[in-house]
Amino acid sequence: MLSAFVAFWRLNNRFSIDSFRVGFQPMAHGAVAANAQYNYEIVKKFTIMALIWGVLGMTAGTYIASELAFPFLNFDIAQITFGRLRPVHTTAVIFGFGGNALFATSYYVVQRTCQAPLYSNWMASFTFWGWNAGLLLGVLGYMNGITDGKEYAEFPWYLDIAIAVVWVVYLIVFVQTLRRRSQPHIYVANWFFLSFILATAILHIFRNLAVPVGLFNPTSYGLYSGVQDAMVQWWYGHNAVGFFLTAAFLGMMYYFVPKQAGRPIYSYRLSIIHFWALSFMYMWVGGHHLHWTALPDWTSSLAAAFSIMLLLPSWGGMINGIMTLSGAWEKLRTDPIMLFLITSLSFYGMSTFEGPMMSLKSVNALSHYTDWTVGHVHSGALGWVAMVSFGSFYHLVPRLWETRLWSTKLVYVHFWLATIGIVLYITSMWVSGIGQGLMLRAFDDYGNLAYTFVESVVFMHWPLVIRALGGGFFVAGILLMCFNVYMTIRAGKQEKAILEEKIAAKMAQAGI
Amino acid sequence: MRETKMKFSHESIEINAGLMIALTMVAISIGGLVEIVPLYFINDTIEKVEGVRPYTPLEQRGKDIYVREGCYLCHSQMIRPFRDEDMRYGHYSLAAESKYDHPHQWGSKRTGPDLARVGGKYSNAWHSQHLNKPRDVVPESIMPNYPWLLKNELDFSDVADRMRALKMVGVPYSENDDEYAANVAEFGEEMAKQFDINTADMNLIAQAQSNDYDGDRTRLTEMDALVAYLQVLGTMVDFSQYDEGYFAEFR
Repeated sequence: MLSAFVAFWRLNNRFSIDSFRVGFQPMAHGAVAANAQYNYEIVKKFTIMALIWGVLGMTAGTYIASELAFPFLNFDIAQITFGRLRPVHTTAVIFGFGGNALFATSYYVVQRTCQAPLYSNWMASFTFWGWNAGLLLGVLGYMNGITDGKEYAEFPWYLDIAIAVVWVVYLIVFVQTLRRRSQPHIYVANWFFLSFILATAILHIFRNLAVPVGLFNPTSYGLYSGVQDAMVQWWYGHNAVGFFLTAAFLGMMYYFVPKQAGRPIYSYRLSIIHFWALSFMYMWVGGHHLHWTALPDWTSSLAAAFSIMLLLPSWGGMINGIMTLSGAWEKLRTDPIMLFLITSLSFYGMSTFEGPMMSLKSVNALSHYTDWTVGHVHSGALGWVAMVSFGSFYHLVPRLWETRLWSTKLVYVHFWLATIGIVLYITSMWVSGIGQGLMLRAFDDYGNLAYTFVESVVFMHWPLVIRALGGGFFVAGILLMCFNVYMTIRAGKQEKAILEEKIAAKMAQAGI
Repeated sequence: MRETKMKFSHESIEINAGLMIALTMVAISIGGLVEIVPLYFINDTIEKVEGVRPYTPLEQRGKDIYVREGCYLCHSQMIRPFRDEDMRYGHYSLAAESKYDHPHQWGSKRTGPDLARVGGKYSNAWHSQHLNKPRDVVPESIMPNYPWLLKNELDFSDVADRMRALKMVGVPYSENDDEYAANVAEFGEEMAKQFDINTADMNLIAQAQSNDYDGDRTRLTEMDALVAYLQVLGTMVDFSQYDEGYFAEFR
C-alpha cells in the first residue's frame, strides 16, 4: 500500500487529459451565452443562506462556549440552556453553513465542469427551500425540546423523512446534470461531490430508522439499542465528518484551488488514489470513538487500524491541493483568497494527523471525553471546512454577481481574525483537555484519587474563557465577510444598472 | 500515453457516471457492514448477566426528559476499565446494561462526571435540589439550573404509546397474557407488572407516589421522572455475584 502510494507519488503526473482542463479554462468568448444558460440564481441563494447560517451557528457556538465559562448565561431559560442550544449550534454550522455551502458550490462546479446547465431548475429550487425549511424547523424544535437525542442526527422522525426526500432530489439533479455533460470525462471535483451525496444518503437513512410514538407525536424510538446503537452512531457520526465535512469539501477544493491559482491540479494520479482510498477507508474508522467502552475490542481495534491508514489518503489530498500552487507561491503574498485556501489545507493536514494519533488506544484513554476532542473537531471544522468555504466564496461571489470584490483588505482582516480565533480555540482546548485528562487519572502517595471531578472543572475555567474568546474572533471574521459580500453584491447590481442604462441610451441613439 | 497500454484504465470509470456510482457504493458500503452486522450475531457482544431489565414507565419518561434536555452532551454513561474510573465511578460498564436504551446514552464528553452508576449514590432530595440549582450543592459547578423540572407537571398521557413503540423496537413490554407470563418468568412478578402496557398510567403514578422523588407528594412533576431514572442507573447488576475475571471473557 505504502510503496504503491510512494510510486504513484514519484510519477508526479500533471493532468494531461484534456477533459481535466475543463475547470481551468478561462472564460471563453461564448461565456456570456453560457452564463445565461447556467443556473446561477440557485447558487446565489445557497451562498447567501450559507453565510446566514454561518453567522447564526457560529454565534450560537460562541454563546454556548460562554455558558460553559459563565453558567449564569443560561439565565434559567429552558430554550437557551447548553443542552438544547448545542444541537442548534452543530446543526446550524454543519448542515446550515456547511450544507448550503456544498449545495452552492456543487451546483456551480457541476455546471461549469460539465458545461451543462442544471437538469431541473424547479428541483434545484425544491432542494433550497426543503433543506432550509427543514433546518429551521429542526433548530426551533431543539430549543423546545424536540430531539431524537442522537448526536448530529437530532432531527425528529418527520424531518428525517423530509430531509431524505430533499436529498434524493439533490442526487437526481446532480447525477442527471452529470449525464448532460458535453465532454466524456467527469471532473475530479464531481467524484467527491457524488461520493458525498451517496454516502450521506446511506448514513442518514440507516442512522434514523425508528418507530414513531404516534402520527402526531414528535418522539420516535430508534431501531438499535445499546452497543449496536453506539456503533451505528459513530459510524454515522464519524462519516458525517468523513463525507459531509471532508469528501465534499475536497470536491470544493479540487475546483476552487486550481481555479484561484490559475494552475492545473498537481497530480491526476494522486487524486485517483486519494479518492478511492478515502471513500473506502472512512467508513471503517467510526469505532475509534468507542475505545475502552463496552464495544468489543475487535471492532474498535479495526477502526483504529483504518484510522491510522487514513492518514495516507488524507495527506495525499492535502499535498495535491497545496502543491497545485507550486511555481506560483508568490500568490500567497498578493492574494488573500489563496491564503485562505492554502491555510485551510494546512489545517486539514494538521487535523488529519491529530485524528489518527487520537485514535491510538493509549492516547485515546487520556483524550476521550475531554475538550481535546472538541479542539480537534474545531481545528477541522474552523481551520479546514470554514476556511476553504470562505476562500471559495470570495472567489465565487464576484463571479456570480459579475463584479469585483468590494474590498481585498477586508479579506486580509478576515483571514487574520479567523486564524487568531482558531489558534486561541485549539490551544486552549489542548490545555483544558490534556489538563483534565491528567488530573482525573492522578493518584496521591497513598493511591487515592488526587483530584475530585469538580476540581478539574475549576481548572478548566480559564481555558474555557479563552476558547469563547477565540470563537468571538471567528464570528467577528464572518461578520466582516458578510459586510464585504453585501457591498460587493450592491456594487455588482449598481454596475449592472449603469451598464443597462448606457446600452439603452445607445440603442435609443441608434434609433432601434 | 501509458494508460492506453494498460488493460484497465481509470478513464473507463471517469467517463461512465453509472459505473462510478456503482463502484463508489461498493467502496462506501463495506466498512459499515463488516463492523456493524457481526455485532448482532457474535454471542459474546452482550455479556450474559442477570438483573438488567427494561425501564418502568416513570423511569422511561425520566429518560425521555434526560434526552430532551441534552444531558448526554455533557455526561457520559460509559465507565471505562481504568483504575481511576473504577475508584471514581465504580465497575466498568457492560454492554448488557444499556441493551434496553433506545437510543444509547454512552455520550462522548464529560463536561460533568459520568452518570452510568449514579443511581443510589445521592438521596432523592440531593438530586432534586441539585437539578433545580446545581450551585446550591456544588458551588463550583458549571451546570445550568433546571428550575422548570419542579414546576412542570409530568405529561404521561402518551406513556402507553411510548411503550408500544419501544416494544416494536425490541423492549419486552407486555400487552397480552402470554407476554406478561414471559416477563414474570424473566423479571419476576413485581417487575412484570411494571412492564404491562395496559396498566402503565397506574404504575407510573404509584411509583412516583411511593418514592416521592421530588419531595412533594401532592404533585407529579418532571423532576419525579428524571430522578427516578437517575436513581436506577447502574444499579441493576449485582457485581458481587460475579468473579473478578468473568466479564473480561466477553471483551
